[in-house]
Amino acid sequence: MTRIIIVGNGMVGYKLCEKLKKHQVSAHIIVYGEEPRPAYDRVHLSSYFNGKTEEDLQMAPISWYKEQGVELHLGELVTQIDREHRTIITHTGRTDNYDYLVLATGSSAFVPQVKGVERDGVFVYRTIDDLNQIINFGKTVSRAAVIGGGLLGLEAAKALQDLGLQTHVVEFAPRLMPRQLDETGASVLQQKLESLGLSVHLKKSTREIAGNGVVGGLDFEDGTFLDVEMVVISAGIRPRDELAKRSGLETHPRGGVIVDDLMKTNDAHIYAVGEVAVHRNFIYGLVAPGYEMAEVVAHQLANKELRTFTGFDMSTKLKLLGVDVGSFGDALGETPGAVPIIFQDRHNGTYKRINISSDGKRLLGGILVGDASQYGAFHQMALNQLALPPKPESLIIGTGDKNNATDGVKALPDTAMICACENVSKGDIANAVREKGASSVDHIKKFTKACTGCGGCTSMVNDIVKYTLESLGHKVKKSLCEHFDYSRQELYDIISIKGIRTYDDLLEACGKGDGCEICKPAVASLMASIWNETILSQATIQDTNDRFLANIQRGGTYSVVPRIAGGEITPAKLIAIGRIAQKYDLYTKITGGQRIDMFGARVEQLPEIWEELISEGFESGHAYGKALRTVKSCVGSTWCRYGVQDSVSFAIYIEERYKGLRAPHKLKGAVSGCIRECAEAQSKDFGVIATEKGWNLYVCGNGGSRPQHAKLLVSDVDTDTCVKLIDRFLMFYIKTADPLTRTATWLNKMEGGMEYLRDVIVNDSLGMAESLEQDMVELLKHYECEWKKVVEDPSLRAQFRHFINDDEQDPTISFVGMREQKSPPDWNKK
Amino acid sequence: MLSTADDTQVKVWFRAARAADFPENGGACVRYKDAQIAVFNFSRRSEWYACQNLCPHKMQMVLSRGIIGSTEGEPKVACPFHKRTFSLRTGACMNSADEGIVTFPVKVEDGYVLIGFAQ
Repeated sequence: MTRIIIVGNGMVGYKLCEKLKKHQVSAHIIVYGEEPRPAYDRVHLSSYFNGKTEEDLQMAPISWYKEQGVELHLGELVTQIDREHRTIITHTGRTDNYDYLVLATGSSAFVPQVKGVERDGVFVYRTIDDLNQIINFGKTVSRAAVIGGGLLGLEAAKALQDLGLQTHVVEFAPRLMPRQLDETGASVLQQKLESLGLSVHLKKSTREIAGNGVVGGLDFEDGTFLDVEMVVISAGIRPRDELAKRSGLETHPRGGVIVDDLMKTNDAHIYAVGEVAVHRNFIYGLVAPGYEMAEVVAHQLANKELRTFTGFDMSTKLKLLGVDVGSFGDALGETPGAVPIIFQDRHNGTYKRINISSDGKRLLGGILVGDASQYGAFHQMALNQLALPPKPESLIIGTGDKNNATDGVKALPDTAMICACENVSKGDIANAVREKGASSVDHIKKFTKACTGCGGCTSMVNDIVKYTLESLGHKVKKSLCEHFDYSRQELYDIISIKGIRTYDDLLEACGKGDGCEICKPAVASLMASIWNETILSQATIQDTNDRFLANIQRGGTYSVVPRIAGGEITPAKLIAIGRIAQKYDLYTKITGGQRIDMFGARVEQLPEIWEELISEGFESGHAYGKALRTVKSCVGSTWCRYGVQDSVSFAIYIEERYKGLRAPHKLKGAVSGCIRECAEAQSKDFGVIATEKGWNLYVCGNGGSRPQHAKLLVSDVDTDTCVKLIDRFLMFYIKTADPLTRTATWLNKMEGGMEYLRDVIVNDSLGMAESLEQDMVELLKHYECEWKKVVEDPSLRAQFRHFINDDEQDPTISFVGMREQKSPPDWNKK
Repeated sequence: MLSTADDTQVKVWFRAARAADFPENGGACVRYKDAQIAVFNFSRRSEWYACQNLCPHKMQMVLSRGIIGSTEGEPKVACPFHKRTFSLRTGACMNSADEGIVTFPVKVEDGYVLIGFAQ
């Protein structure tokens, strides 16, 4: 049997194994890898710093090689090739023979000959071992520098920042990423990176890595000094061609094994692929061309029709420290006659440059910094030589229109290469949708492997899937769960049109199975939003907080929050809360919504506590529900010397108006009395800010894990108009949002965005404003305090107990002391 | 009479409470000696289930307050804290690799719910 030896088990070496298997090459494959671990994803190395493990990064587990019958030797370095006898020798003395040998030895980090590179604290950024050393050393220092401001250097800088180090980037050239970016693009990127805490030093040539045994700083040729304790060198790569040289293979004076278009070296039995190969005087330091080289070799060894390597597009798109950077085709406009069109927005930190051919008909290449959302479309346009629109500048000015992206996908030919890493065309993706029933990016990954390399094509793939599904007449369906084949909005219509009042009836009418923890609370919320009946009539479809009208907390006790509208409370009521909290030994804390939370109530205590609160004039605060929570206010014109409107009165009015209103998710509002915005209205689902002439209404803001500022819906309206618009807005949200979707996300997903929303709410473009208002008024009529109802109804009260067969409380509940109050024991200490 | 778990080991049939006291398609907690048992009246399927009341994820006594339902026919309960779901038949955790829970046989006789224990 033919024996193929692959020297090197990096990404390209692994990919070659995969391709040889895919093309069913009948040969015994033997792999020698120098590193102790099987091939891993070097492109995403920096994700190792934020939680990805070695295993996550693996290209394939060791078991894969076994299953495929590939003989894998790890931690074994091939030291000699005897070309005459076609044998190799490894550092352990093992000999092996081959019919074909493929050099996939890759590259190592290039370390310039600078004085002091041998000091402790100097690292390169290349392998998992390098990363482990960087992580360990990084724990002992606080300031670090990366030498090299190219693609890899900035990746390394991100990693150092993730370690919490004050990070400097030192670049010899006058700009960052000199190979991919022009001067302005690089300076926009630099500004962005600097605003993220990175220090950038350009035109710096390092004379010496100073220090005494360990790194003590960088001495530059221009006499300046940078005080750092650690240095990571990322100044380029050097092909690992020492084995080839030793074996008498032809190498390039600047390093690398010379290959032809078939990836053959000057020995007909030896190929070279990846970063060790020099093709037409060029070394490709990216993974996609390496994969293509592997494909070329696999074709030959499988005796398939000859495929040649004729050079490769070096376009890249990546996210550096959260900043999008894209560079494609002739990025720097070096083609004779190329004309650049440039758009720069200093405010948002975006830079777009496209280079068009002298006749204005073709896109040659370009640069995107800050917003690379058009990368996929532009890159394809350049690769496929698509016709430019009559005014090419429209491509980069006045963008942000989502339709452009899908239009771009539509215009592409089926042969357009979408995933360069895995060689997947638009036609392959569309076929997977048409013939294999794929309907998501995950499916496409499974069927075609697209998106599994660098991941840069994901959004394009998503667009193609959507576009193909639409062209097949599929409605992209958002069903609630396996029990209901309808979206929340469709269920809203079914419930209200058919007048369905219970979950069981709805399941009978249009569902299947027995329901689950997803559809039950979602339907409960819908029915509450449509009928506003007491939710306890269907207690067992409610999430636990709604079932017990309180918030479950660690230890299994609940917390109690009475409504304090607008955050205004009398001293007498404050005293009442204090007295009740003291009586039931509750932990008290002021909430973020200007009210008071009382923690540590056992389930059977809840009705008693509420009975007392209600007798003191309180009512439910709905802190437990996906409902209106609070309308926060600042003190406004009644007291504040700056206030221009009475924000407290308006906040109280709004909170009283919408109290008990149930929605797809919780709702928060705020009213500020002047432009100083002390109530933080722009972080709320709906926020009102006073002006000299009336009110400005903002909508769809959010705090939380992904904060988003609310957007201005309308300005300078009077109080009645403002309330009307909030009515319409809330009702439209309640009717159309997906379950558990806050208003911010709802807006983000809305086609047409804020313009569309304003059209519906303010300009009444759908002609539904009046019915939205009426629905809201109808809903608000049915408000009642849920806790009052429970307190007054013995059968409802009886549901608040821990044991069904014993009046005792739950004996497992316990508390510990903390700052003169109680708290539950730490649940991580079992 | 319905029984939902292996009842060959049962030595004691504990009379817990009247069947009518349990909410429909929901659960309640039964005290047996020092143990807490979550008992579910899955009325949509005319079935009863019992399991430990302790969610093993964060050791919280709350499963009886969980929402019940099914995944492809398998009856389950979701913990109110972090929505771990457990099969009511086998006790296996259905949405993570976490450990499962213990289930007990249940039957209804003369309007009373009986739970089977080995001791």
